[in-house]
Amino acid sequence: MPVQEIIQRCEELFEDLSFSSVRAWKEAEPGRKVVGYMPIYVPLEIIHAAGMLPLGILGGGDALEVIHGDAYYQSYICRIPRSTVELGVTKRLDFVDGMLFPSICDVIRNLSGIWKLMFPDVYTRYFDTPQNFRSDIGGEFYVNDLRELVSGLENLGGRKISDDDLRASIEVYNESRRWVRKVYQFRSEQPWKVPASEVYLLMRAGQTLPVEDHTQMMKDYLAAVENEDRRMKDNCRVIVNGSFCEQPPLGLIKSIELAGCYIVDDDYMMINRLITEDVESEGDHLLNLSEAFIKHSMAFPSKFEPNGEVQGHYLADIVKQRGAEGVIFAAPSFCDPALLDQPMLANVLDERKIPYIAFQFAENSGQMQPIREQAGTFADSIKLWSAA
Amino acid sequence: MKCYIGIDLGSTTTKAVLMDADKQVLGQGITNSRSNYDTAAAVSKQEAIIGTRFTLAHRALKEHGAVNGSTDEFLNDLERSFRMEQYLEQLEDLENTCENYVTGPRFAGMEKDIGTALQEIFKQLADEAPPMFARGAERKSEFFRDIAGGRFMSIAEDAADSSSLPFDLLLNVYDKSIIEVENRPPAGDLAGKFGRALDHIIEQSSEMELQHEKIMEPLKEAIAVELEETYVVGTGYGRVRLPFPKEHIRSEILCHGLGAHIMYPNTRTVLDIGGQDTKAIQVDGRGIVENFQMNDRCAAGCGRYLGYIADEMNIGVHELGPLASKSTKVTKINSTCTVFAGAELRDRLALGEKREDVLAGLHRAIILRAMSIISRSGGITDQFTFTGGVANNNAAVKELKKLVEENYGKVTINIDPDSIYTGALGAAEFARRAAMEGDIEIQGEAA
Amino acid sequence: MNTETKPDVVKDASMLKQKEMIAGNFDKLTDAKELGLKISSTFVPGNLNELLMCFGIVNNLPEINALNNAMRKQSGPMIQDAEKMGHSEDVCTYVKADIGMMSRGNIAPNGKPMPDPDVLLLSYTGCYTFLKWFELLREQYKCPTVMLHVPYQGDGKAEITQNMRDYVIKQLKEEVIPTLEQVSGVKFDIDRLRENLKNSAKAEDDLVWVLESAKNKPSPIDAYFGGVYYIGPIFTAFRGTEDAVEYYRLLKGEIAERIKQGLGPVTPEGEVFEEKYRLVVEGPPNWTNFREFWKMFYEDGAVVVASTYSKVGGVYDYDGFRHDPDHPLESLADYCLGCYTNRNLPERTQMLVDYMEDYQADGLLVNSIKSCNSFSAGQLLMLREVEARTGKPGAFIETDLVDPRYFSPANIKNRLESYFQMIEQKRQSGAVAA
Repeated sequence: MPVQEIIQRCEELFEDLSFSSVRAWKEAEPGRKVVGYMPIYVPLEIIHAAGMLPLGILGGGDALEVIHGDAYYQSYICRIPRSTVELGVTKRLDFVDGMLFPSICDVIRNLSGIWKLMFPDVYTRYFDTPQNFRSDIGGEFYVNDLRELVSGLENLGGRKISDDDLRASIEVYNESRRWVRKVYQFRSEQPWKVPASEVYLLMRAGQTLPVEDHTQMMKDYLAAVENEDRRMKDNCRVIVNGSFCEQPPLGLIKSIELAGCYIVDDDYMMINRLITEDVESEGDHLLNLSEAFIKHSMAFPSKFEPNGEVQGHYLADIVKQRGAEGVIFAAPSFCDPALLDQPMLANVLDERKIPYIAFQFAENSGQMQPIREQAGTFADSIKLWSAA
Repeated sequence: MKCYIGIDLGSTTTKAVLMDADKQVLGQGITNSRSNYDTAAAVSKQEAIIGTRFTLAHRALKEHGAVNGSTDEFLNDLERSFRMEQYLEQLEDLENTCENYVTGPRFAGMEKDIGTALQEIFKQLADEAPPMFARGAERKSEFFRDIAGGRFMSIAEDAADSSSLPFDLLLNVYDKSIIEVENRPPAGDLAGKFGRALDHIIEQSSEMELQHEKIMEPLKEAIAVELEETYVVGTGYGRVRLPFPKEHIRSEILCHGLGAHIMYPNTRTVLDIGGQDTKAIQVDGRGIVENFQMNDRCAAGCGRYLGYIADEMNIGVHELGPLASKSTKVTKINSTCTVFAGAELRDRLALGEKREDVLAGLHRAIILRAMSIISRSGGITDQFTFTGGVANNNAAVKELKKLVEENYGKVTINIDPDSIYTGALGAAEFARRAAMEGDIEIQGEAA
Repeated sequence: MNTETKPDVVKDASMLKQKEMIAGNFDKLTDAKELGLKISSTFVPGNLNELLMCFGIVNNLPEINALNNAMRKQSGPMIQDAEKMGHSEDVCTYVKADIGMMSRGNIAPNGKPMPDPDVLLLSYTGCYTFLKWFELLREQYKCPTVMLHVPYQGDGKAEITQNMRDYVIKQLKEEVIPTLEQVSGVKFDIDRLRENLKNSAKAEDDLVWVLESAKNKPSPIDAYFGGVYYIGPIFTAFRGTEDAVEYYRLLKGEIAERIKQGLGPVTPEGEVFEEKYRLVVEGPPNWTNFREFWKMFYEDGAVVVASTYSKVGGVYDYDGFRHDPDHPLESLADYCLGCYTNRNLPERTQMLVDYMEDYQADGLLVNSIKSCNSFSAGQLLMLREVEARTGKPGAFIETDLVDPRYFSPANIKNRLESYFQMIEQKRQSGAVAA
């Protein structure tokens, strides 16, 4: 399948605020359920094992006019919860049977309560991940937490989730994550072949497609893109940080690249690759999922760093690993996790003399000119700096 | 007669409404709010009283069948003439005030020359008055400051050039004086001004002369009616500083809700987009406020936003709507933030989008913001009334109608050309009720 | 009513007592090094004072420092300092005021510099920002930092699961206590903890009595502005002390006397006013203009009869929780888990509805705080729900904790007056209709 065709399919999924592909999936067989989730991480394996389709809810983007959603939020609160409420109020999510709200920040946490009040018929759960990373403390809590999720989904689906179901799902997601890592690795190696906007759309498709289809899509894409004749440009290599929850408009991602920056790593849709190694598929599956989170998950701002010595190092480490030349902090306005984390990340970048710039966006930001200018100036300065 | 007056002190204009015991509105007055709320309140009140006199005159003349031709036309002539008298009086005040400022070391040695120059300027200003107030002439504003200020500048500039006096001295004198004049309580002697205005008309019209006696009689009667300020209620943005005791003050929300109810008794939801804030009010069948929401701390999407856009585009605020109405493809504007609006506007124009399309997008953005505030207050279930300065903007109204229908179905939308007086009208009714409260209580007991 | 109160109400014994306690704690903090005491920094919600006392550790609460600086009009420049250092305008101003205070020498209200903490006790309870706040402080102080993760009560059924409780207890046993032992060099003695908890429970009984005294008409207290003073000792460094027991004993006596005399709340201006509006308030107060803000209420006869802010450091009235010497660690866990902002929105909404009814309030006022998403996100829906369930009108205003740029007096007064008049108008029309 040619690249254009794959990307076009991704674009259709991305732009469809009624989620017709998910609706079609649900209608294809009676009794099918859809479980929505918000950033940053939920164990999709369990939803999958329940025979349900996980659906990533990432706000309304820049195409959705928010009227009722604004009625629920003050002006100093970020945009993603208001557009998500708008999706709910306008019945665009009326086919969603369950919603999971991860422990990313107080706004998303409280949105779980809003959802319970507004949509009492939906199975709604605030999903906590541990901040203690000892297997016998945080791990045990998390296993029990997962067990509650399992029984909640069993109730919702009206059937037990078996060990075999879980094993199969873990394997399916292990494969998915391997391909996600391949895409990121490939882009880091040949970013001119894989524009950031395409990787973005490809990863975004994983939020609506069944995971098996998405894995196939990644395979097809990588195969197709090898043969693309795309010329290397004199761009600099940057990491984008801060966009792990509310998503920037696609135009923003394109603008960064147009301004002369190859994005060689990012934190968009971290759920696709937050677990960095294969989850053990034999033994106690919930324990395995718990251990995977505790021992093999990426750092992110909502996760406590127990070791003060390495506070804020993760970003600088990615810069090194990807051979990047600089960092673009692109956080949504009013995003507590990103904005509170940024000074600590920047301190480490300063220590290691890694250049960076910072700007804020909202999912419906309309002005790209200042971003193009900033990113362009940044790219130029990096080039000058490396030439000197 | 007993009069009940409501005064609405807005951030930009102050409005007054005068009502009689039968809930009939007899007069309305408006002035710019300036820095002195006392004066603004006094001026708007006097304007409402003047309006009342004209209403009473109109009634009296009609009753007596006193004028040949149309009574309205005659009263229009009379009003223009009256306005000119008022203008000349203020001009004289301004001149006297200016003279007093020509003193001190800055003017040393030039007092006489500047005095002469001022006399010249004011003579010219006075000479320009009759054509300005002639039938069919258009004035860009009814506020003294606006009319006199602009002309003073250009005449003074010429005067400075020809007499080689420093222009900034004249300007300095004017600036000090206009503030003083503006903040002085309005002059009285309305009867005298009515008389002189009438004389003017009679001078100009031969046919009128014949009717002189017939006109003067009812007119004098109308002017002589004693207008007793039975009760005054103040409201509005600056009402904390209104020169009234606390029990004479009502919140703008309450006044607005009641005012809209008086204008349209079936109103259940009121939207007001003013200069500083946007408010959505839910009222019941008696005009009692059930719920209200205002824009939060962030003033995004208020009237000021349009003012800012107009400045940014270098056109007048009143030109925005008509220009936006020419749009064929509304540009999507996402920011109602006044701080970002300019940047987004420039960005869009730089991308080659048409001015009218971008403007239409901006209007839609404001209305979207208002829609959220309406939603916050409980939405629209029945008749809906739109008030405030932005209600006069067609492009905004068009978007509002569209969005209201999309979100709440077909409902009646009321927009009154006099909607700027909604708050003052409610305040006047509160004044009337407060004064009658004693009577109602007695009635209540009897029942 | 409307009688002038004697000026000596301002010098109530409880007030003097509290003043003395607070000054004493600041002196202990600033002299800690000389006294050989260790200092812990920790937060008000999920504050483990009884446990810290077991190790002789002095308790420093950065939120309290920030609000103290705000009340003394010093927080503005501190916040701006932090913003100059790269902290976003969008984030919590408690954090920025704290960081700014640090950059200005960490001067305590007694004028002496506050020594660096020996341990950061990150009681991660009901507020996401706490996590980042102490990560930021750890960068600065490079001292041991112990995380106590208190899971959010998210499931909407108002219950603490055994899993949550076990998790917190385990962290106390395996992480918090060993760290405090290490920092202080004192061995943990559970009987000492029991003694402290006994004191806590006594004080908590009296606190609840005080808060519930607002059910009287007129209410003898203001449960929001006045409430801030009443919760002071129990929310900060004094829960578990004899001093706190004594403070609440005195306070209870004074309020009993006010009830007997039919008096309303004490205000900074001393007058007892006519109670015209009884309100429930949701959200923290503003600290930069605290008195000005309060005045807008009492000059119009508005009394706050119940507030959720007075539950932020522990909910004792709603479901009868008390610290329990017989179940020391369990009750510490339940205390943390039950703090107001650790409860989900449906439950917070129901609490407000119940307060509205139990305290016969005329309406609900939300003071929405820009800094505090934990409180603020969702308040508009809570307001709507409470209005619908109680049939009483609500109103919404916005301020900030310690950022003076976010307090707009004209704007707030305007809304408050509109709201009070709306209540009055509805009341009158209701009376006419009846």
